[in-house]
Amino acid sequence: MAHGPAKGIGRWLFTTNHKDIGTLYLWFSFAMFLLGGFFAMVIRAELFQPGMQLIRPEFFNQMTTMHGVIMVFGAIMPAFVGLANWMIPLMIGAPDMALPRMNNLSFWILPFAFLTLASTLFMEGGAPNFGWTFYAPLSTKYAPESVNYFIFSMHIMGASSIMGSINIIATIMNMRAPGMTYMKMPLFVWTWLITAFLLVAVMPVLAGAVTMMLMDINFGTSFFDAAGGGDPVLFQHIFWFFGHPEVYIIILPAFGVVSAIIPAFSRKPLFGYASMVYATAAIAFLSFIVWAHHMFTVGMPIAGELYFMYATMLIAVPTGVKVFNWVTTMYKGALTFETPMLFCIAFVILFTFGGFTGLMLSVAAADIQYHDSYFVVAHFHYVMVAGAVFSGTAAVYYWLPKWCGKMYNETMGQVQFWIAFIGFNITFMPQHFLGLAGMPRRYADYGLQFADWNMVSSIGAFMYGAAQLLFLYNVIATIRNGKPVSDNKVWEGAEGLEWEVPTPAPYHTFATPPQIK
Amino acid sequence: MLKRAKALFAVALTALVGASSVGQAAEVSTRQLNMPQGVTEVSQAAYDIHMLMMWVCVVIGAAVFGFMIYVMFAHRKSRGVKPANFHEHVGVELAWTIVPALILIVIAFPATNALLKVYDASEAEMDIKITGYQWKWQYEYLGEDVRFMSSLRTSQDEIYGREEKGEHYLREVDNPLVIPADTKVRFLLTGNDVIHSWWVPDLGVKKDALPGIFTEAWAKTSEVGVYVGECAELCGKDHAFMPIVVEVKPKEEFNAWLAEQKAAAAEYASTIGKAWSMDELMERGEQVYLTNCAGCHGVDGLGIPGVFPPMVGSEVTMGPIEKHIDVLVNGVQGTAMQAFAAQLSEVDIAAVVTYERNAWGNDVGDMAQPIDVLNHKNGQ
Ligand code: HEC
Ligand SMILES: [Cu+2]
Ligand SMILES: [Cu+2]
Repeated sequence: MAHGPAKGIGRWLFTTNHKDIGTLYLWFSFAMFLLGGFFAMVIRAELFQPGMQLIRPEFFNQMTTMHGVIMVFGAIMPAFVGLANWMIPLMIGAPDMALPRMNNLSFWILPFAFLTLASTLFMEGGAPNFGWTFYAPLSTKYAPESVNYFIFSMHIMGASSIMGSINIIATIMNMRAPGMTYMKMPLFVWTWLITAFLLVAVMPVLAGAVTMMLMDINFGTSFFDAAGGGDPVLFQHIFWFFGHPEVYIIILPAFGVVSAIIPAFSRKPLFGYASMVYATAAIAFLSFIVWAHHMFTVGMPIAGELYFMYATMLIAVPTGVKVFNWVTTMYKGALTFETPMLFCIAFVILFTFGGFTGLMLSVAAADIQYHDSYFVVAHFHYVMVAGAVFSGTAAVYYWLPKWCGKMYNETMGQVQFWIAFIGFNITFMPQHFLGLAGMPRRYADYGLQFADWNMVSSIGAFMYGAAQLLFLYNVIATIRNGKPVSDNKVWEGAEGLEWEVPTPAPYHTFATPPQIK
Repeated sequence: MLKRAKALFAVALTALVGASSVGQAAEVSTRQLNMPQGVTEVSQAAYDIHMLMMWVCVVIGAAVFGFMIYVMFAHRKSRGVKPANFHEHVGVELAWTIVPALILIVIAFPATNALLKVYDASEAEMDIKITGYQWKWQYEYLGEDVRFMSSLRTSQDEIYGREEKGEHYLREVDNPLVIPADTKVRFLLTGNDVIHSWWVPDLGVKKDALPGIFTEAWAKTSEVGVYVGECAELCGKDHAFMPIVVEVKPKEEFNAWLAEQKAAAAEYASTIGKAWSMDELMERGEQVYLTNCAGCHGVDGLGIPGVFPPMVGSEVTMGPIEKHIDVLVNGVQGTAMQAFAAQLSEVDIAAVVTYERNAWGNDVGDMAQPIDVLNHKNGQ
């Protein structure tokens, strides 16, 4: 039983160990994060000044598309799957994931999906250039040849996500240690359980959408072509039926992470655990019935428009509950501000800010002015970057000592935090102004009236980009020669089963289930 | 209280922004922070509900963030506090579920009213059909026989930094849309190829132009002036280069303008049989090519490999002239090569065909006359 990891590359290729696979996911997602981030730097460099300086408009569109697709599907989603792999078995007292071989498969098809996608950059006609939302007919009749590779890689990513979620659901439902009832599970496990159901429900819808595209492009159907009896708006309905839950797929696990870290550094239990669970479920449910708020300008009948507006406004209620719970968790705690906590506090503030602009966007009459402008770009980067990415960073700092038995350099962590926090706000705060003043998104060039804020935004973006290199350096330095830690419980206020196994976490844990009080 | 806060904010904003940006396109500030109030009922409604929502968010945000900051100072471990152990409170939790829900219900009323205004395109006095093309707009005054294309006027040299950028950089078109003041104008929007979106912030109009589908929007304003807008839906390569300029003229001026347009159209029809010389066609053809074709096929006629074919040495531009005219009139089905019959006049098509056949060393030597194009159209 007590055998360790295999030697050499075979360990990583054939591993069925949840910790190894978690590590693979995390490194892969970080590589994708750097690639997608590099594309973002190209975009911001071109937008530094009005006029086309560095690249051509057609390449600009490829950059925005690849940036979006890689960040959403390559960086953020796999990062949280990696955290799930590492942490869920440790948190519920299971020896491994329920379906370890499938776990290996669901990771190892991912690099091929993204190699395929990245290779389109070198194809004649260029990479996909129709935005990460790939609206038809720009992505069908008017798309470059590489769209077929795009569709193929979407299918693989979808298959990987579905397998990953089935595994997570099976693990959580079947592998909990005796006594670990559902309402005793850490919130991270809860949010992932709900996320996994969302994934199983909507990834097939995405697969359907890209398959219909494939048919329209290659086999003469007209799903999205009005001239053949189809409807381009149909594409948007299908896409956003996937796409809206998708944004919660990204943010719910982040909620879970924050709900673990804030209590730890407040030295006080999470406030309103039960209401957190219900709020998560409510958000997941609502996420299925609000999709057309992304389509307020397509000319829906007014009844539809009103319905989607009201339903969207409702999301503010469970989201508010979460924010109030986090803040109240901090209230009367004994707070300290280590790097993970700093990122989580920034998460609460900036995510809430993004929630506010989300509420504004839900009001259809105002959305006709916001829609497809930089206001929207600012909004979703507040929830995706300050939301998902900040919480992911917090998670790495929080659990890294447990993973590798070494402590990161606190000063460097805090320096990274402040550069990231300030850089992030310099990048995205001015984008609100740009959008309100009338600058549409996905613009390779702009009028002189937008010059000032674009320059500010680009400077912030380079700062934020630099912070990520520091993060990479800090993680590698920690693994290589961080100060060893040996306490099971690395953080004074941390609670949960993962802190009861030795540090660093041995290759196999909970071979016999723990006792849950 | 809200009114006063609004007024205060407006003052602060004007101080920051300088003069409001309404009116001449020239006086735009580079530091505009907020949504323009605009010049129509709809833009005003959007602005009002936007400000209302913003203030609601500011108040809630101030409370939540203020409390957080207090907690971060008062309850830090370094001050020697002992952590409490409470972790639920039904009353508080119910309150912060119910109170936000009530606030939302209150907000829903003005939000609904504003939307009803946006959708009320009834009883329009005038209809204008707007068609989005890759990458320009076509305006058609329905029932008036007036129709024209509107494309970017900024030169490639300005865009690529070979020339100083003018003050109207990317905010200027060859033929602006002209509408009368004090008239309810209904826009009927559609797309020719991909989806575009017609956005003029000061009019409070943003509506998608979908291929094969019609959508509608409306505007009515008494403020004479020039308003600039943009295409808001990603529509391919030159998405950022198809601005919108709307000129609102007093009614009499508008009528005079419309009459002029009609007269020009009539005069054009009478000259269609005229034979053009090679030089005339080449000169006009170059202009037509640069505004309508160079975006895809390149100023130098070399295209973009794998996406847009070159015009230099192509089988079509060097082959039989009938086929060449046909490609222009009907486009190439299922590709980005659109049918130009509805966009360009017969003279322009003849000119651009002639130009392509004789420029960049193609030197085929023949030319197309407007009447050939007309015959081709009619012969179908
Ligand atoms: C939106 C981009 C776009 C614009 C604008 C455009 N074209 Fe094209 N054009 C294309 C594409 C794409 C093709 C290739 C169609 C195909 O696959 O056969 C093409 C093909 C052609 C061909 C046939 C070339 C060949 O070798 O098959 C000619 C001639 C042509 N275009 C002329 C023009 C002229 C003249 C204009 C301006 C009035 C123009 N095009 C504007 C995209 C465009
Ligand atoms: Cu959504
Ligand atoms: Cu566009």
